[in-house]
Amino acid sequence: MAISWYLLVSAAMFGLGAIGVMVRRNPLVILLCLELMLNAGNLALIGFARMWGNGDGQIFAIIVMVVAACEVAIGLGIIVALYRRRLPVDVDELKELHG
Amino acid sequence: MGFFFVVFALVALAGAVGVVVLRNPFYCVLSLVVHLIALALLFLLLEAQFVAAAQIVVYAGAVMVLYVFVVAYVGGGDRPAPLWRASARQRALAIAFGGAVFIELAIAILGSGLSALGGGGPDVAPGFGSPAQIGELLLTRFLLPFELASFLLLVAAVGAVALAGRRGGLGDDRDVSPGHSTLDLPVPAARGTMAEGVAGYGVTSPMPDPEFEGRELKKGEGV
Repeated sequence: MAISWYLLVSAAMFGLGAIGVMVRRNPLVILLCLELMLNAGNLALIGFARMWGNGDGQIFAIIVMVVAACEVAIGLGIIVALYRRRLPVDVDELKELHG
Repeated sequence: MGFFFVVFALVALAGAVGVVVLRNPFYCVLSLVVHLIALALLFLLLEAQFVAAAQIVVYAGAVMVLYVFVVAYVGGGDRPAPLWRASARQRALAIAFGGAVFIELAIAILGSGLSALGGGGPDVAPGFGSPAQIGELLLTRFLLPFELASFLLLVAAVGAVALAGRRGGLGDDRDVSPGHSTLDLPVPAARGTMAEGVAGYGVTSPMPDPEFEGRELKKGEGV
């Protein structure tokens, strides 16, 4: 298959993730949609690595996975902290973040 | 090859749609797991064996387990319809924006002059994308990003514990017993201070003399 098809799938995934980030209100699901966008970037990077025939793009993808794992850890920590303080787990009702 | 690509791409896109559309966050997580597994298979088609394995193990395994635990803890499924309470205008705008992003990217991809995009890529050596090649790259050319990534993981782990920990951090005050924090470590009787060296073991620093303190204060005020 041509690389451009993989890139098209990646673009569609990125658009879907962007829609989800804007439409959904549960911060958990917003994090999931962020994962979608990061994975779209990963797919494009792997496609480019295949296109050039060297492994640099795959290293980039692995680094993106590390950053995504960090983001998940911090984001879920914030959500658990919100829940513990009996704050609403809803981004529209969360108008302030000061402790 | 083409058949597998179509199947895996459709499954991945269906999983992505499920993440955006499904109402129960638990089902969203499961949908993302399906999506990630299909994506790992796409990686395999692109000769990225190690990244595909890491995707399955790290993402579909570890990260999604974390998500499932948090969904079970927070229980986001209680309140109905968190999805379409957004106003219709906002929803339409979001969908229009996402569609615009996709169309723009599609124009950029299909209209690019890169001839390599039209092909399946060059023939690669048998070891392409294997753990040996990735490991060699990570430990030679990309050593600094590798070390920085490990440091970033350490910072994120400490931050997550500080944020979600039961004591200190942003925890609920009702969970914290009064006067008891992480910093209240058991203290030995002798601390090795100079006052102990002068007055003997077990004698802490003497109480300040109130009269002396008063004199100092008065003198300061007089001047």
